[in-house]
Amino acid sequence: MSEQADAKLAKNLEFVTLVTGGQNFCIEITQIREIRRWSPITMLPHSPPYVLGVINLRGAVIPIIDLAAKLGFEKIEPTERHVIIIVAIHDAIVGLLVESVSEIIGVSQDMVRETPRGPEDETTRSILGIITLGEEMTKIINLSTLSPKKDQVAA
Amino acid sequence: MAHDLSILEAFFEECEDLIVALTEGLAEMREGSADDETMNAVFRAVHSIKGAAGAFALDELVGFAHKFETVLDAVRSDRLEVDEKLLRVLQRAGDILADLVDDARDETPANRAVVDPILAELQSFLGPYGEGQQAVEEAFSFEAVALDIGMQESEAAGYRVSFQPSSEFYALGHDPTLIIAALMELGEATVEVDAQYLPVAFADFEWSRGYLTWQIDIVGLTTDLPIRDVFQFMDDICALKITALDASEQDAMVPPDVGVATSQALPAMALAPAEGIKRPAKKPATTLRVDPERVDRLINAVGELIINQSVISQRLQEAELPNTAELFADLDDYKFLAREIQEGVMAIRAQPVKPLFQRMMRIAREAADATGKDVDLIMTGEATEVDKTVVERLADPLTHMIRNAIDHGIEKPADRVAAKKEKQGKLRLSASQRSGSIVIEIADDGAGLNRSDIRTIAIEKGLIAPDAVLSDQEIDHLLFAPGFSTATEITNLSGRGVGMDVVKTAITALGGRIAITTNPGHGTTFSITLPLTLAVMDGMIITVGGQTMVVPISSILETIRPVAGDISKLGLNSEVIRIRGEHIPIIDLAERLGHHPSVKEMTDRVLLLIQTEAIPQCALAVDEIFDQRQVVVKSMSGNYGEIVGVSGATILGDGKIALIIDPDAVTSTPAITPQFTTPDREVAHVGAS
Repeated sequence: MSEQADAKLAKNLEFVTLVTGGQNFCIEITQIREIRRWSPITMLPHSPPYVLGVINLRGAVIPIIDLAAKLGFEKIEPTERHVIIIVAIHDAIVGLLVESVSEIIGVSQDMVRETPRGPEDETTRSILGIITLGEEMTKIINLSTLSPKKDQVAA
Repeated sequence: MAHDLSILEAFFEECEDLIVALTEGLAEMREGSADDETMNAVFRAVHSIKGAAGAFALDELVGFAHKFETVLDAVRSDRLEVDEKLLRVLQRAGDILADLVDDARDETPANRAVVDPILAELQSFLGPYGEGQQAVEEAFSFEAVALDIGMQESEAAGYRVSFQPSSEFYALGHDPTLIIAALMELGEATVEVDAQYLPVAFADFEWSRGYLTWQIDIVGLTTDLPIRDVFQFMDDICALKITALDASEQDAMVPPDVGVATSQALPAMALAPAEGIKRPAKKPATTLRVDPERVDRLINAVGELIINQSVISQRLQEAELPNTAELFADLDDYKFLAREIQEGVMAIRAQPVKPLFQRMMRIAREAADATGKDVDLIMTGEATEVDKTVVERLADPLTHMIRNAIDHGIEKPADRVAAKKEKQGKLRLSASQRSGSIVIEIADDGAGLNRSDIRTIAIEKGLIAPDAVLSDQEIDHLLFAPGFSTATEITNLSGRGVGMDVVKTAITALGGRIAITTNPGHGTTFSITLPLTLAVMDGMIITVGGQTMVVPISSILETIRPVAGDISKLGLNSEVIRIRGEHIPIIDLAERLGHHPSVKEMTDRVLLLIQTEAIPQCALAVDEIFDQRQVVVKSMSGNYGEIVGVSGATILGDGKIALIIDPDAVTSTPAITPQFTTPDREVAHVGAS
């Protein structure tokens, strides 16, 4: 996977950590366009359960994904406290609804490890690797598994 | 020659315009409405292509254009009689020239099998005039005309130089050809030689005498200084006269009786094609070439402006300001201006369908040749303007339909005679604007659809049940079913694996619809209805299950507030409504889109009577109608993908997104069982608040 290769080559990586489904995850900062407050969502017919709908981002129509639901957790009940992370997945712009965004962490590439092998599930399939931070660890989200466009083609 | 890529691109763009002018001119010649100016325009187009192609060393193109031009020149100077056969060859040559331009652009080799026969036919017209003249021209003419890329030559005056070398001139070792070559570099020049003083018998020649007088017309010069420069120091060794040329005087045809001696004596400059032909005041329309992306950006910005304008007016209404009458008047002005800008910007994208239709002429001609049918393509309304994208994306469907009409619609000449029709089939291609839509019709006067054949084939292909009861209209519509093709054997003309279903898909993708009417024995008409523009649409703003949505006005026949007595149950879940004695099925939009069925009673709701491809009429049940306004269409496919039943989205005055319903898809797909549970209802609720 190219993202993984890239992650290994780079010297200084920055990740944005976030909380969804009660767990810690992170996304590489270069893939993030912006972070927004929750705004009203227009729902879409015939959409998979994790697609909440679309929002208006300065005149563009952007789909919003419930990241928790997509990763196999319980669906989020969207409230004003939730945060939308706007990311670029290939050439599409997608919003991820998460519980909160915590901080930006600087990481050297040797801190990025492969995902420990274990039984696969919805969550582990979307994880690119893990980062150990002293006692704690966080998981790197593989954005390319999240694209709603891909699901549309498959369906 | 090293050339700049962008110049080459400009050349190809220029070529497109020239080819259009050429096709137009040839069409006029064929119709018989051509005058001298048409002939000149045709000649000029070919000549300009040749000239510019020569500058880029596109030999294939130059060679063909040259022969083409030579024939045209013969026609222009009345040395060739225009007849049916010549016109046919000229038109084919025009097609080939267009192909060669494309080949040169794509850097693909020319298709010799097609080019050569036409070359030979062109040659056959040249006969006795062709050869001598040609060999001479071949040597230099490309270089000389290479400057003539631009369509607009300035109307600047020119000069006539009359030049007779004395014997001293020759004795001093001067060469008139060098002088003339220098003059030709000053501008577009035509050279005439006066050989009347040449002795008839060779024996009478006096070797030291000059017998010839040249007359050189140079156009595009505003002063005679450069000419005088050329003749510096020669004042006393030749007779020189320089006179200003009046535009009307520049008749530059080389007299046809120029002797053999001339062309031998002056290989370098004889007989350059008459270039400075008279051009009436008719100036070419000035156009602006703009990167379409810039226009699209502008259109997007204007779309935002329109949205912004409705946001402001909504806010002001909510603010309930005191004494707002004037403010609202100003607001109306703002709205008016915004609309005007929008229309202006849209007009940039609008293009006449003429070039598209002209391409169809060629398709029709080729199809007629391939099937051995005699077909006359009659075009009307070519000036109708449509959005550029629509014009571009119509090319394939139209091509297919024209081929179909000729291949399947129009009968063979013998059959036509047997049916007491004119031997020549008529195919009408028309465009017109009707209430916010563009209607394009393709009508043939052929045999009409054979409904029983269509039915049999549909049964064979498993498209319908053998005992299905279908109305005539339904049978006609089977043509659009995927996998349907009436041709029993696949002809290489229309049987290219694309059926009418592809045509229909293409039209639907443009937001249009297609309909057939057929009259057995008298022909079939396909009519395509298209929106004027893809970017803006008139929509009815409605709410369904708490969500705001937009239904295109174009598909709504009327809106109905149902009365209890008119509604009756049809089976367990379906309902029908009686309208003017007809029973029309009711489709619950919320249910179709996977929302929870409305809890409201049908009588509290509103029905939109719509017409679609699948169902002649049905009533779409929605909760409420809000407003009717123009909306800016945003595509969903870029960031998300296609959604069944939704053709796009728009942003409303309050900044929220409303989905645009695709009535065809909504009514033709079966209802989906609601898969959402409570959280979604909540989302829906929040979304609409």
